[in-house]
Amino acid sequence: MKKQKSNVDLNKVVVEMKGIVKKFGDFVANDSIDLKVHKGEVHALLGENGAGKSTLMNILYGLYTQTSGAIFINEKKVDIKTPNIAIANGIGMVHQHFMLVKTFTVAENIVLGMEPTTFGSKLNMDKAIEEVKRISGKYGLHVDPQAKIEDITVGMQQRVEILKALYRGAEILILDEPTAVLTPQEIKELIQIMKNLTKQGKSIIIITHKLKEIKEAADFCTIIRRGKQIGTVDVSETDENQLAAMMVGREVSFAVDKEEKTAGEIVLNIENLVVEDNRGIGVVNGLDLSVRAGEILGIAGVDGNGQSELIEAITGLRKTKSGKISINGKEVMNKTPREIFESGICNIPEDRQKHGLVLDFTVEENMVLENYRKTPFSKGLRLMEENINKFSKELMEKFDVRPRDEKNKARALSGGNQQKVIIAREVTNDPDLLIATQPTRGLDVGAIEFVHSSLVEQRDKNKAVLLVSFELDEIMSVSDRIAVIYEGKIVGIVDAKEINENELGLMMAGGGH
Amino acid sequence: MKSRSMKERIIEKIANETLLFTILAIIMGLIVGAVVITISGYNPIDAYRAMIEGVFSKPKYIARTIIKSTPLILTGLSVAFAFRTGLFNIGVEGQFIIGALVATLLGYFIHLPAVIHIPIVFIGAILAAGLWGAIAGYLKARYGVHEVIATIMLNWIALYTSNYVVTRESVKMPGSESSYYIQETAQITITWLKGLIGPAKIHWGTLVAIIIAMIISYVLFKTTIGYELRAVGHNKNAAQYGGINVNRNVILAMTIAGVLGGAAGALHVMGEAYHVSVLSATEGYGFNGIAVALIGNNSPLGVVLSAFLFGGITFGGSNMQLLGIPTEVINIVIGSIVFFIAIYRVFRFITKFFASRKLQKEAK
Repeated sequence: MKKQKSNVDLNKVVVEMKGIVKKFGDFVANDSIDLKVHKGEVHALLGENGAGKSTLMNILYGLYTQTSGAIFINEKKVDIKTPNIAIANGIGMVHQHFMLVKTFTVAENIVLGMEPTTFGSKLNMDKAIEEVKRISGKYGLHVDPQAKIEDITVGMQQRVEILKALYRGAEILILDEPTAVLTPQEIKELIQIMKNLTKQGKSIIIITHKLKEIKEAADFCTIIRRGKQIGTVDVSETDENQLAAMMVGREVSFAVDKEEKTAGEIVLNIENLVVEDNRGIGVVNGLDLSVRAGEILGIAGVDGNGQSELIEAITGLRKTKSGKISINGKEVMNKTPREIFESGICNIPEDRQKHGLVLDFTVEENMVLENYRKTPFSKGLRLMEENINKFSKELMEKFDVRPRDEKNKARALSGGNQQKVIIAREVTNDPDLLIATQPTRGLDVGAIEFVHSSLVEQRDKNKAVLLVSFELDEIMSVSDRIAVIYEGKIVGIVDAKEINENELGLMMAGGGH
Repeated sequence: MKSRSMKERIIEKIANETLLFTILAIIMGLIVGAVVITISGYNPIDAYRAMIEGVFSKPKYIARTIIKSTPLILTGLSVAFAFRTGLFNIGVEGQFIIGALVATLLGYFIHLPAVIHIPIVFIGAILAAGLWGAIAGYLKARYGVHEVIATIMLNWIALYTSNYVVTRESVKMPGSESSYYIQETAQITITWLKGLIGPAKIHWGTLVAIIIAMIISYVLFKTTIGYELRAVGHNKNAAQYGGINVNRNVILAMTIAGVLGGAAGALHVMGEAYHVSVLSATEGYGFNGIAVALIGNNSPLGVVLSAFLFGGITFGGSNMQLLGIPTEVINIVIGSIVFFIAIYRVFRFITKFFASRKLQKEAK
């Protein structure tokens, strides 16, 4: 796939960061990094979690100040001490988590802080709407200026964020993990928007660890590993494998290795399940689903179609309205989480810091979160610390949790290692059904590989695995069967080998199959 | 990886320097106190000498300091225990009052030999206070009523309940605003020490309080009960996920906190006061317990030490009156010292909080 670089003006360097060093105490987050971005260029910053990409961009946007090194904007040295200075220099940043006022309209959000006025103080909303329309038309970023933020999709909200930056006169846009929250269709639209922007002479820096998008959208890519710059490559002259190897420092396999396997008995059976959210609105609306032994069933769907509530209902964290849930033929609906755990369901939760771990507990204390009451971890009321310790040491060794210090607070571990603790704990319980919700969210390539192979291992041990993920690639490569959830119902179940991304994306958006 | 170890080192360093910082805080407090004393026209060195003498110069002073500190150990423990389980027990004042009241009633009305009478009074009192604490726990677990609101209200209810009961004819000692004294068989004062230290009433309650602190430490850190309570305190979502019954643990935590507050009141009555009086406002043992817990870093051992420190400063400080220093000034001095210790804790808490936040941020 050869990409043309028609938009890049190689003679004009708009951003140059030279020898950027950022230290936090003894820790070097950025170790002499050089970055050059040309006019009209999409420049990707690639790196694992904690590699230092965000630190570098926060320096450019004035949120951090570099320890040493210099920044040049349009070949002029600037001292970017605050975000206001960055904005004045034409830099705009769209953060991963949007910073929008939900009850305000699109136009109100865009002009917020720089509202057009008449007589110096009266808010001129008509002018604001006009202005928003003008900018959005110019870059093909179509939005409804009068819609409220809470009523529009995540993809639209992202457009509002981009418009906000453009309204403030941004020539250089920093996008922090922009595709993390989008559907495949929305990602395509975003890539188109990026092309429109560069055509108009804007430059874009995009932070990501998704290789496919870099291939599709970026002109150049700078790879950072552990604070060090590994290199800057012309994207058209490289491939995904090479990028991945540069990012993690070794060869990575993307394909999930798994053998053909025939599924066995039904382990989890759900019939006509209805679950309401906290406001009493039905979010799971008569859902039917079954998962068999020796298969991975993936639930594909856009965030907010009832996935969280479904999992909460299965695991006993949320009371259901009606329906049936059984495991191995035994009714478990609305039992306590402990009873459900005892009947053989284990869960790798979506939010590992909120549900999976007690961050202020040590790793060993977290390892027995479900089993502290059982022998050999306790005797009567007394915790058997030696046994807990020994057990934790074994698991940390087996699942390669680093650093190997079972007395470490879970809080001190990296995201990948926190996830390893949870997986170690849940898999060791040897459940009949393992549920994993967004198990690789925020993890880097190496850790993702590990998580996927753990799931496949369970399947190969003839256990049932239920995988919920918003990442289509993950669903398609790991699952045996894929169930698409839309508005609280399963709208189709397909064989993972017989479907492509587009069809799946369409089903996820409510289109029939 | 490197960042983690570094930040951890900082956090550890801060934690390990607890003692040093506490001492520094005391010195800072003393300096501010000295300024106040100087402004009000007295010599701070003389004043502090009087304070230290007020604690150490005579055996009876030492004894009194210990007596003053005993209820603080337990009220401090009550608050610290609740903190460990994620609850803010402002209700320790009320639990103290209930414990004292029930101990007085059982101590006065029942006639039994001491071996049976003492345990009945003590256990009766702590059970009543435990139930009192459990009310707030139940309200929180069942209806989501915040424990701070519930316990503040329960404090007033406890106070007026106590006043009401004390002013009943069968309870009130004629010609006084207090109840009758408890029977001698319910008293736990160590009488044979009287010859040694004069009129000060050293009692078994101090020893009981220290033993309770050790039990609490064991329960919190070495048992499944403590594991559950701490898990709920740190992260109730994960606790629930792990199959722990969060609501039951909230009620249990408040019950135990109530038991501890009640034990403070009961031992106060049984060892020292022998009766309860009509109060226009609360005595402050409970509220001081909050400061004690904070200074003691919510650890059982720390609470014991900080209770003695707090008791020493308050009791020794009152000796400054001998120099003619007004009690208001003395209270300002005491307040400054406590303030600096507390503010160091706050500072430490903030540092830790941000260190871990930064850590999370970086992990992204």
